[in-house]
Amino acid sequence: MSVSAIVFWIIAAVILGSAISVVTAHNLVHAAFFMVLTFFGVSGLYVLLEADFLAVVQILIYVGAVAVLIVFGVMLTQRKEMAQTNAFSRHKWVAAFLVILLQILFGYAVTHTPWLVVDEAAPDTTVGLLGEMMLTELVIPFEAVGILLLVAVVGAIILTKGARRIL
Amino acid sequence: MDFTLLVPEMFVAALACLLLILNLVAPRGERRGLVIFAVLGILAAIAVVAFNFDMFDGFLGRMYLVDAYASFFKILFLIAALLVCLTTMNYYKPLAGEGGEAYTIMLFATLGMMILVSAGELITLYVGLELMTISFYILTANLAGEDARSSEAGLKYLILGAISSAVMLYGFTLLYGVTGTTMIHEIAQFKEASPAFWLGVIFALSGFGFKIAAVPFHMWAPDIYEGAPTPVTIFLAVASKAAGFGVFVRFFLTAFPQHADHWIPVIAIMAAATMILGNLAAIPQQNIKRMLAYSSIAQAGYLLVGLVAASEAGVKSILFYAMIYVFATVGAFAVTIAFNNVSESDDIADYSGLARRSPLLAVTLLVCMLSMAGIPPLAGFAGKFYLFSAVIEQGFLWLAIIGLVMSMLSVYYYLSVVRVMYLGEVTDYSAIKLKGSMKLVLYVCMVLSIILGAYPGPLAELANIAARFMF
Repeated sequence: MSVSAIVFWIIAAVILGSAISVVTAHNLVHAAFFMVLTFFGVSGLYVLLEADFLAVVQILIYVGAVAVLIVFGVMLTQRKEMAQTNAFSRHKWVAAFLVILLQILFGYAVTHTPWLVVDEAAPDTTVGLLGEMMLTELVIPFEAVGILLLVAVVGAIILTKGARRIL
Repeated sequence: MDFTLLVPEMFVAALACLLLILNLVAPRGERRGLVIFAVLGILAAIAVVAFNFDMFDGFLGRMYLVDAYASFFKILFLIAALLVCLTTMNYYKPLAGEGGEAYTIMLFATLGMMILVSAGELITLYVGLELMTISFYILTANLAGEDARSSEAGLKYLILGAISSAVMLYGFTLLYGVTGTTMIHEIAQFKEASPAFWLGVIFALSGFGFKIAAVPFHMWAPDIYEGAPTPVTIFLAVASKAAGFGVFVRFFLTAFPQHADHWIPVIAIMAAATMILGNLAAIPQQNIKRMLAYSSIAQAGYLLVGLVAASEAGVKSILFYAMIYVFATVGAFAVTIAFNNVSESDDIADYSGLARRSPLLAVTLLVCMLSMAGIPPLAGFAGKFYLFSAVIEQGFLWLAIIGLVMSMLSVYYYLSVVRVMYLGEVTDYSAIKLKGSMKLVLYVCMVLSIILGAYPGPLAELANIAARFMF
């Protein structure tokens, strides 16, 4: 087994283990920290795939912004007792059964599909190429994402101001 | 790069930004004019789109398609936005003071839909879809704090919408992994289907199914349609659904024509289930918004019938029906807005004697509902005629029969509202006064529902031109 394969399996185990813990942890704060671990694992996968920019962005956005926001959200809506804040619904065994069924289906689909294999080496740095793509081929979605962020900001203000009909 | 192709999108984006700024700088109490500004702007945008209706061009190859098919849908969204703006005028009081942001967000949602139906590539498609949906989360929840149902609806829509987007995105990544391209027309060159490919197709199908509220992905619709502010409900039921259909039809007919034998039966079953469940569930409803929500689920079933045909006639009938569905639905919901404004009630029982209190409201509701039920000579009949004849041509007689039976069944619950309005006991004799903008919406919807039924030729011809670009 090559070194990269060993690293892959270690990272995969970390991602899966922490992702399951996000769901099963009883304390919401613990769940949030397990999620941080999951995000780190995913960025490890990107490093393994030599997608340097994506790996950095994954840490910057997901660990740096999203996870911190969630932790702040938990802090601001704090209860006295944090032990049972990440509650399960009544259907946990049904859900587990369906998830396992779905995993078997995915496993079958992934192992029985002839995937496209690229032989070329990954480019040394991906930042330049990505930037070029965003301003040429993908210029429309790039601009649309800008508008999307504007909408999200305006919407966040409207909803947090609350208690006032706007339509 | 020919940026002139993007003029309609740029126009709408600029209009929305301008409204946002005007809303901030306009003095309090003077903001009533904003909605008029929005209405005039949307009219201009319709003219811009219509000016280049009959063309076929792509921005950056086939990244972004500007054709009559997309233009037809863009005009439809803009008409819907126009009518919704008019229904809010004078009916949602705080607009005189604050709250012009809602129009901005509505226009951005329209922009998202316009990008969605023009997208020739998966990333563009997804971003357009998110722009539309995120705008709708905000609009749905914007009564939060005043009406608990609105915040509940907003939260439900956010969670369910996010899940459906995630599933769809996963489907797209699988398709990309198998085919190595995000261009929709290049996916079609991929002849052999592997398990992961089918998984991608199924995930994409369920994502689109959610957006158009087709069974079994319809559960969100009644709660959210009921909880959202009614103008938002209209926009959601009409424009968001049409946008979903626009991209659904384009995506499946462009990307998977070679596998049509496999996915058409699935969509046929979805269509049948949607028509049956939507109509049956509408019967016991006591709340008119909920009833119209289930009826709009049923309408999605009729529209799916056109996709089952997967032919030029089928696409044409979808376009035609989507357009007349706009007028019928806006008309029916506008009546509920006007009525709710006076009585603060959405219960069908309270509509008792409405014909005496406001003949215009009663007649509009009657015409729009009968049009949805497909009674000749109203527009809905012409629409269903095109849909069912297109699908019978392709050998799906059983689907047309289910559609016909369910249409007849739908007459029952539509007429039960009519019976309450016309024959119900009159408890309140006070006349309902209507504002000019509301009257305009009611007349437009009613008259067009009649004219497009008696004289469907011109609209059918436009739909024909648009449908031709899909094949």
